[in-house]
Amino acid sequence: MSGPDGSGTSKGVGGLHGNLDAMPAISVRQVTKVFGTGPGSVTALDSVSIDIQRNEFFTLLGPSGCGKTTLLRLIAGFDHPTSGRIDLEGSDISYLPPFKRPVNTVFQSYALFPHMSVAENIGFGLKMLGKPVSEIEAEVDAMLKLVKMEAMRDRSTAQISGGQQQRVALARALAPKPKVLLLDEPLSALDLKLRKEMQIELKRLQNETGITFVFVTHDQEEALTMSDRIAVMNAGQVLQVGSPRDIYDHPSRRFVADFIGDTNFMDADLVSVAKSAANKASLKLASGKKIAASLPEGDVATGPVTAVVRPEHATLTKPKPSSDLTGTLENVVYFGTDTHYHVALASGGKFTVRMQNARDQAGGFETGDKVGIDIDAGATQLLRD
Amino acid sequence: MADIPAKRFSIKRQTGFGFVALCCFVLLYTPILILVFYSFNAGTSIAIWEGFSWRWYEAAWQNERVLEASITSLKVASSAAFLATICATLAALATTRTEPYRGITAIYAAINQPLMVPEIVTAVALLIFFAMIKIYTGYQGLAYLIIAHTAFCIPFAYLPIRARLENMDLSLERAAADLYAGPWQTFRHVTLPLMAPGILAGAMLAFVISLDDVVITEFVKSGGQDTLPTYMLGQLRRIITPEINAISTVFLAISVAVVTVFFLLNRKGSSAS
Repeated sequence: MSGPDGSGTSKGVGGLHGNLDAMPAISVRQVTKVFGTGPGSVTALDSVSIDIQRNEFFTLLGPSGCGKTTLLRLIAGFDHPTSGRIDLEGSDISYLPPFKRPVNTVFQSYALFPHMSVAENIGFGLKMLGKPVSEIEAEVDAMLKLVKMEAMRDRSTAQISGGQQQRVALARALAPKPKVLLLDEPLSALDLKLRKEMQIELKRLQNETGITFVFVTHDQEEALTMSDRIAVMNAGQVLQVGSPRDIYDHPSRRFVADFIGDTNFMDADLVSVAKSAANKASLKLASGKKIAASLPEGDVATGPVTAVVRPEHATLTKPKPSSDLTGTLENVVYFGTDTHYHVALASGGKFTVRMQNARDQAGGFETGDKVGIDIDAGATQLLRD
Repeated sequence: MADIPAKRFSIKRQTGFGFVALCCFVLLYTPILILVFYSFNAGTSIAIWEGFSWRWYEAAWQNERVLEASITSLKVASSAAFLATICATLAALATTRTEPYRGITAIYAAINQPLMVPEIVTAVALLIFFAMIKIYTGYQGLAYLIIAHTAFCIPFAYLPIRARLENMDLSLERAAADLYAGPWQTFRHVTLPLMAPGILAGAMLAFVISLDDVVITEFVKSGGQDTLPTYMLGQLRRIITPEINAISTVFLAISVAVVTVFFLLNRKGSSAS
């Protein structure tokens, strides 16, 4: 279990002595990937470090070109890091070719072999590993059952639908029981209904197989619903790693807050920081009101800062002295389950409030009304940038 | 007039297009049809019809020199097609399945050179080159023809194979590598089966091109050797009987059959990917 120690760190290679349960499935250490040389070169990954735990559904989320697919390709072995290292269960795999890594990929295009049947596709990995035919057959049957494709066993891959091809691609990648399954935007080619179905299906497969899933997507909703943890990436960097709730409720960076869900950005003044219990800070808003806010990880200096509040974490009221913010209602948009109120703040800037609709009952606010906004206690999050 | 929307230029609507097209087809196919027609002539003339008969087919079948030339043709064409296809397959892999490298354009030009250089130049060059070898080795066999045919067949075999490889989804090979197939296994289980229709098409094209060649064969062949085309050329210099028509017709039938299979394979191949 020892690989060449590429980076020359003193960290233990091999993992025979370490606690296997505590050891991450994938450990990415200061990985940089530069394409090309000279002035035309592009830095796709800029000193990225991530630990992906065993049996975790881990999502790399970001806009196209953020480096998430490059990172996936480095883990799969289709490309190698310019610097830094990637460990799989404690051994360095940075420069191992893909066919020597116990890691399988579900490709965006599925990449099913067109000259093989469904069963031959699923059995391909085991065949290449030199498993006996009887074992391959049994495993193929088990996989077909797992993805509910038993009836399609001997079909050609051209004779099955996109959703079925997706299932075959999954079964093919799972059949050799990889330590990590990589999924490169596997749902992007499916229509909405099928995509929702496959989201649930993927989650089920991950639970049943206990394999670590690394999922790449640009769809924030998909990431929030499926993941145990999410790494939000932009411009070759990992901005924040955390549980979906963490990422949504406590974004630490402007990009994360903006990319995931809708957010109100507010300029404010950081008055004081209470390093104590809940990492609370006292914030002075542009309206002059003081409210408490959660601090992000790391140090934030007092002075001008940006704070965020989700639209559903505020309430619209008649203007009153205790209102956190006041302004004029500019627009009311009805969405069925809720209504969005766009407010032009008296202190400058805009603020959106989202409130749940009751049946047969209008919100009671109209465009042009003077309104007050109450921000829910504990709903304000301070950003690091 | 201003209200009529501008129509896209269509050559079909030009005056005289139909007439020119008809002339082309007539010029192309009438001589061939006449040739086939007179191969069934009962008389000895290639221009005066004297009734239907298979006699010239029988005569050709019983003519030992025709048989011998046919066998030589088949030997040369199949060997040349085989060798050219191997070279072309390797060349296609080296020009599509590698990182772009310096000099790749020069390599394309070198591979396709037989398509550009006048055949007579190649023929004379080979004549002189092989004459030198003959002086030193004394060898007079078929190898010269096979080597010469292999050389000019390579680009014909190369083009369909390369087209096939270029249209192949690269992620298939990546998927194979991801599923524990080493480079050789990936080639054997994925790349090769998927490029097979291209290889077959290339081989057939090379076979037909070799079967058909006169100029280079005429220059390179040793004394007493004849392929079917050079035998026919020799016959035409002496007496012309419908036997030549009969041989040509059979030749035509074989070529058409091979080319048809080539197109069917190509169509099947392109719809699969």
